[in-house]
Amino acid sequence: MADKTRAKPADLPSIGKSATGIGGLDEVTRGGLPQGRPTLLCGSAGCGKTLFAMTFLYNGAVEYNEPGVFLAFEEQPEELIKNVGSLNYDIEKLIAEKKLAIDHVEIERSKIAESGEYDLEGLFIRLGYAIDSIGAKRVVVDTIETLFSGLENEQLLRSELRRLFEWLKSKGVTAIITGERGEGTLTRYGLEEYVADCVILLDNRVHDQLSTRRLRVVKYRGSPHGTNEYPFIIDEQGITVMPITSSGLEHGASTERMPTGIADLDRMLEGKGYFKGSSILVSGMAGSGKSTVSAHFANATCAAGHRCIYFAMEESPQQIVRNMRSIGIDLQKWVDKKLLRFSARRPSLFGLETHLAAMYRDVTDFDPDAVVIDPMSALLSAGATGDVHSMILRLVDFLKGRGITALFTNLGVAAGNDATTEIQISSLMDVWLLLYNRESNGEHNRQLYLLKSRGMAHSNQVREFILSSEGIKLREAYVGPEGVLTGSARVAQEAKDKATILLREQDIERRTRELERKRREIAAQIEILQAQLVSEETETDLLKREGVAREDQLATDRVAMGTSRQTRAAADGRNSKTANRYTK
Amino acid sequence: MTEHNGYNLRLYVAGQTPKSMAAIANLKKICDQHLPGRYEIEIIDLMKDPALAVRHQIVAIPTLIRQLPEPLKRIIGDLSNTEKVLVGLDIRPN
Repeated sequence: MADKTRAKPADLPSIGKSATGIGGLDEVTRGGLPQGRPTLLCGSAGCGKTLFAMTFLYNGAVEYNEPGVFLAFEEQPEELIKNVGSLNYDIEKLIAEKKLAIDHVEIERSKIAESGEYDLEGLFIRLGYAIDSIGAKRVVVDTIETLFSGLENEQLLRSELRRLFEWLKSKGVTAIITGERGEGTLTRYGLEEYVADCVILLDNRVHDQLSTRRLRVVKYRGSPHGTNEYPFIIDEQGITVMPITSSGLEHGASTERMPTGIADLDRMLEGKGYFKGSSILVSGMAGSGKSTVSAHFANATCAAGHRCIYFAMEESPQQIVRNMRSIGIDLQKWVDKKLLRFSARRPSLFGLETHLAAMYRDVTDFDPDAVVIDPMSALLSAGATGDVHSMILRLVDFLKGRGITALFTNLGVAAGNDATTEIQISSLMDVWLLLYNRESNGEHNRQLYLLKSRGMAHSNQVREFILSSEGIKLREAYVGPEGVLTGSARVAQEAKDKATILLREQDIERRTRELERKRREIAAQIEILQAQLVSEETETDLLKREGVAREDQLATDRVAMGTSRQTRAAADGRNSKTANRYTK
Repeated sequence: MTEHNGYNLRLYVAGQTPKSMAAIANLKKICDQHLPGRYEIEIIDLMKDPALAVRHQIVAIPTLIRQLPEPLKRIIGDLSNTEKVLVGLDIRPN
C-alpha cells in the first residue's frame, strides 16, 4: 500500500489524494485518485472497469472508512454483487452496515416518450439521496454513457453531464466515472471533455493468444504520475497493478549474506554465500541441476527462519517437494511452517506482464526475504521478445528495491552460444552460476562454474557437481596433466595416480632392499678380504719369524762349521790359511 | 375516480421549477380536454421525498407515469408537445 498522505511543502497548494487501496495503482498515481474530484476510467468492454470501480469503493469502505455509492447503469445490484463476489467482496454486508449503497438506474428508450424540455434532476436527487444516507465520500458512476442510448436529446444530455460532474465536485466526493472506449477517442461519447482532472485507461490486449491487461494514467492534473503502461491482474485476490518502473538504481546494497544452501558453494563465495538482495542467475541445460540448486537455496533460506516464495513455472509444487526429498531436502516442512510458499503457474497461462504482476502481488502479500523463479526462461517465451528485457529489468529492480534475494534459473545453452536474451539478462545479475552437463568418455557429468559474483572474491574453478542423497556436493575439480577430469574419467585418473604412486613406492622399497643387500654383500666381501689380509699377515709374520730362526740356525751352523774347519787347518797349515781367506 | 377505464397519473417534479410548473399546467390542460372526469393526478415532489426517485426509477424531471391503466407508461419533459403526450398515454392511437 502506498503512502496515503504524502509530505508536501506546506506553502505550496497541492491536491489531496484518495487512496484506491489497489496494489500498485496508488504508487503509479503517487497516492491515489484526486480527492473530491471525478476521475474518468475508460476502456473497452471486458477490461475490468466495473471491478476496478467497485474495488475502489470496497477498499474505501473497508480500509479507509470512506463509505461509497455505486450508481449502476448497466448491471442490476444483484448481478453486481454476484460478479464482484468472485473477488471475495462481501458487498451485502457493507450495504447492511451502511458503508455502501448501490442504486441501479434503468433507462430504456422504448419505454420512454419525450415531450418537451426536461433535465436529469432525478438523477441528481437519487445520487444526492444515496450520498447523504450513508455519508458517502466516494462515488462510482458506471457507465453513464448508457444515457446516450436511453435519451433522445443529446445536447441536453451533454449539458446535464457537465452539470453532474460539477455537482459531484461541489459535493466533495471522489468519483470514478467509467466510460466505454471509442474509435480513436478515449470514450465513445467524449466524456473526457467533461472529466478532465484524471483519466485512467484500461486495456486488454491479446498477443499470441495470451491476453494482458494494462493500465495507463493518461492524465492527472496537478500531480506527477507514472506514465507507462502497467500490467495488472484481476483474480480472486483482487486487482493488482504492477507499478514498477525501471528507473531507480537507488536500492541499497546490503553486506549481509544469504547462504546458498550448498556448503561447498558457500566456500566458493568467501565461505558466506550470496549478498542479501542480490540477483542470482543459474543457467544450464535440461537436467543440469538448476532446480536442485534452487531448492537448496530455498531450503537454506527457510532454515534460517526467513521467508521464501518459489515460483514454479514447469513443475507442480508436489512434484518439486517429492523430487527434492530424493536428495534429502524436505521442503514440505517449510510450507507447513508458512516460511515457504509455492506459486505455480504455467507460463502459457497468461502473458509475461501478467505473470510479473502476479509475482508482484505475491511478493507484496507474502513479503519474502528471497524468491526463486524456476525457470525464468519459461517467462521469456510468454512475452514478445522486445518487452522481455525491460520487464525482467522491472522485476529485478522491484525485488532489489525490497532487498529480496532473487534466484532465477534459466534453461538455456551455456555461454558462448547465441542466447541473446540470456546475455541481456545476465548483465542484470549479480551472480551467475553456470551448470554444465558435459559429455566425455560416454557419460555426462555435471559441472558448476561461478562465472561472476559481483563484489566478492570467488573461486574461478570449475567444480564437479554431484547430486547425492545428502544434497549437492561440489568436488574440487581434478586438474592434472591431462586437463580437468570429471566422473569416471576422474575416478580412473585418480586410480591411475594411486597405482603410479604405489608402483613408485614399491620400486623404492625394492631398490632400498637391493642396496641393503649389496651393502651387506660388500661388507661380507670386505670381511673376507680383511680375513685374507690377516691370514696373509700371519703367514708373512710366520715367514719372517721362520727366516730369523733360519739365520740363527745358519749362524750357529757356520760357527759350528768354522770350528770344525779350524780344527782341520791346524793339521794342514798353508792351505788352511788360503782356504780360510776364501771362505771369509 | 376508480372507474374501469380511469387514468391514474403521477407527475414527478423537483421543487417549483419553471419546467415543473409548466408540466403540471400542461398535464391538467390535456387531461381536462381529453380525459374529462376520468383521471386522477398525483404530483410528487422528489425534493421532499427523494427515496421515491430511487423506488420509481426517476431520472429525468419532470416525469409522468401512467400507473393505470396497465401497462405502465412513461413520458418525460414539460409535456409541451401535446401530440406526444396523447400518443404516450395511449389516449390517441399512434
